[in-house]
Amino acid sequence: MSATTAPTDAVQVTAPRPRGGIVQSVNDSLVVAKRNLIRMTRIPEMIIFGMIQPVMFVVLFSYVFGGSMQIGSSTDPIVYREFLMAGIFAQTVTFATAGAGAGIADDMHKGLIDRFRSLPMARGAVLTGRTLADLVQTALTVVVLTIVALLVGWRIHEGLPKALAGFALLLLLGYAFSWIGALIGLSVRTPEAATSGGLIWLFPVTFISNAFVDSSNMPGWLQPIAEWNPFSATVQACRELFGNPGVSPSDAWPMEHSVLASILWSVLIIVVFRTLAVRKYRSATA
Amino acid sequence: MPGAIYAEGLVKTFGDVRALDGVDLDVPEGTVLGLLGPNGAGKTTTVRVLTTLLQPDSGKAVVAGIDVLKHPNEVRRSIGLSGQFAAVDEYLTGRENLQMVGQLYQMSARDAKKRAGGLLERFNLADAADRPAKTYSGGMRRRLDLAAALVVSPPVMFMDEPTTGLDPRNRQQLWEVIQELVSGGTTLLLTTQYLEEADHLAHNICVVDHGKVIARGTSDQLKARTGGERVEVVVHESEQISPAREVLLGFGKGDVAIAEHTRKLTVPVTGGAKLLAEVIRELDVRGVEIDDIGLRRPTLDDVFISLTGHAAETEAEENGEAEDARGAQGAKAKKSRKESAK
Repeated sequence: MSATTAPTDAVQVTAPRPRGGIVQSVNDSLVVAKRNLIRMTRIPEMIIFGMIQPVMFVVLFSYVFGGSMQIGSSTDPIVYREFLMAGIFAQTVTFATAGAGAGIADDMHKGLIDRFRSLPMARGAVLTGRTLADLVQTALTVVVLTIVALLVGWRIHEGLPKALAGFALLLLLGYAFSWIGALIGLSVRTPEAATSGGLIWLFPVTFISNAFVDSSNMPGWLQPIAEWNPFSATVQACRELFGNPGVSPSDAWPMEHSVLASILWSVLIIVVFRTLAVRKYRSATA
Repeated sequence: MPGAIYAEGLVKTFGDVRALDGVDLDVPEGTVLGLLGPNGAGKTTTVRVLTTLLQPDSGKAVVAGIDVLKHPNEVRRSIGLSGQFAAVDEYLTGRENLQMVGQLYQMSARDAKKRAGGLLERFNLADAADRPAKTYSGGMRRRLDLAAALVVSPPVMFMDEPTTGLDPRNRQQLWEVIQELVSGGTTLLLTTQYLEEADHLAHNICVVDHGKVIARGTSDQLKARTGGERVEVVVHESEQISPAREVLLGFGKGDVAIAEHTRKLTVPVTGGAKLLAEVIRELDVRGVEIDDIGLRRPTLDDVFISLTGHAAETEAEENGEAEDARGAQGAKAKKSRKESAK
């Protein structure tokens, strides 16, 4: 390393006056999202592990449990595989939670959040940028998972537009859950804690649901929990939109109006957790 | 007229800990204030308040003429923050980092790109511009961090322990960069544990301990408070301590301090170099063999000890866990960050 040359600053640059409002929020969020996407390409193993996990679930559930599961009156493993996919898709998108949480906790830990907070940028942009980048990663994972699903015999039966609507609901759910992850990431003390804290609660949420089994086979007290689980609404909606077997005949409201319920739940989660996370961000001290 | 950085009665408590206990500061435009003190003294908390990262419980803060508590976003346009807590993204290249910061200062993508290129040249990082910051050496990373703080030529800069963990050579280089900056008219608040660093860079020094400013003045003023010069002798063998002491008593203006294990004797004197020559002659006459002898002026270390009754280093270790306020966790995070910076 040679000696530092005299760093006399010939160019005087002053910070432009912030535009403020929604334009600035969107711009700043996109700048941060771009940063996170560049990061992801520099750590490809993160993306790859993120993809291997759901593929592994497909294979394990299809072939280990497939033969022992009864969906409606059928015990055909093919029927179970078609039933299973909506559940795996939904579970996969919710795993974005852990990524968002760990990423934000890491930024806090490394002092990047302090850097951002000392800049004249829109308040929510650091978190919005992160959740948007996670959404892109989730979408990529869903594409890979779709290919695997087609390989193991899953099909859509209601036409492409409806199937795309199903995927849109999945991404909306994933986006909503990444805000929960953002709040977890801001609340814990280390990135490691954010990873495990971002994951453990997902297991009850995704298992006490209609994702992997027919919830009508659950004990009576557990059924309403499974049926009102925000996660179940999206799974049910996807089964309907994909035309897959095992649509719950339950007369619980979220099961009967699954598409609407899925949207409402996701929007509610975004509103609540975005508010909490942005508030937390503003006072983040570590 | 208040200076470019002005604080009055800043108080911040974390649980039972009074991290700031009424801090007053006034830094005239274009000068450097060194905030000197051990870990846990409140240096970092002060910087966090002045850079809008932390709300004080009470007090007033004005930076670049703008009220920090009322208009934090206006303040953010006028400051640059660098040091142990403001980091760069290690997976982004140097160029990408600076571009991102520029854009978040609300520059257009094109301006930010141009500016990034200029800064990379200026900080001698052009060759490494398109490598991830992860691959940078500790010194390069600090320079990138400093460049990120200078993306908009802020009139007021804050540097929190800018050279902690750097080797002497990189420290020297960073000092040069900082001096250049200040000669351009930037007002700078610098925190440091290195007394030498404050001595070297700061026009004025505030010594803080337990959340309070316990002394302020120029380096010379603070040294003058501690007293004048001393003669220090290191004798070759322990048996010679006693005859050496007798010699020094004859010349000194006070008692002789003896450190047995290092065979070092210290005595306050007046008379400078001429006296030193006499001391050497007399020691020679008595046959005292010396390893080292010198006339020492007080260092800021001496100032610190005389003000607080303890050395900066020891205190730093004792208080390491109590850390300004960020709790044990923060301290741990900081430690590991320091380690990774090495």
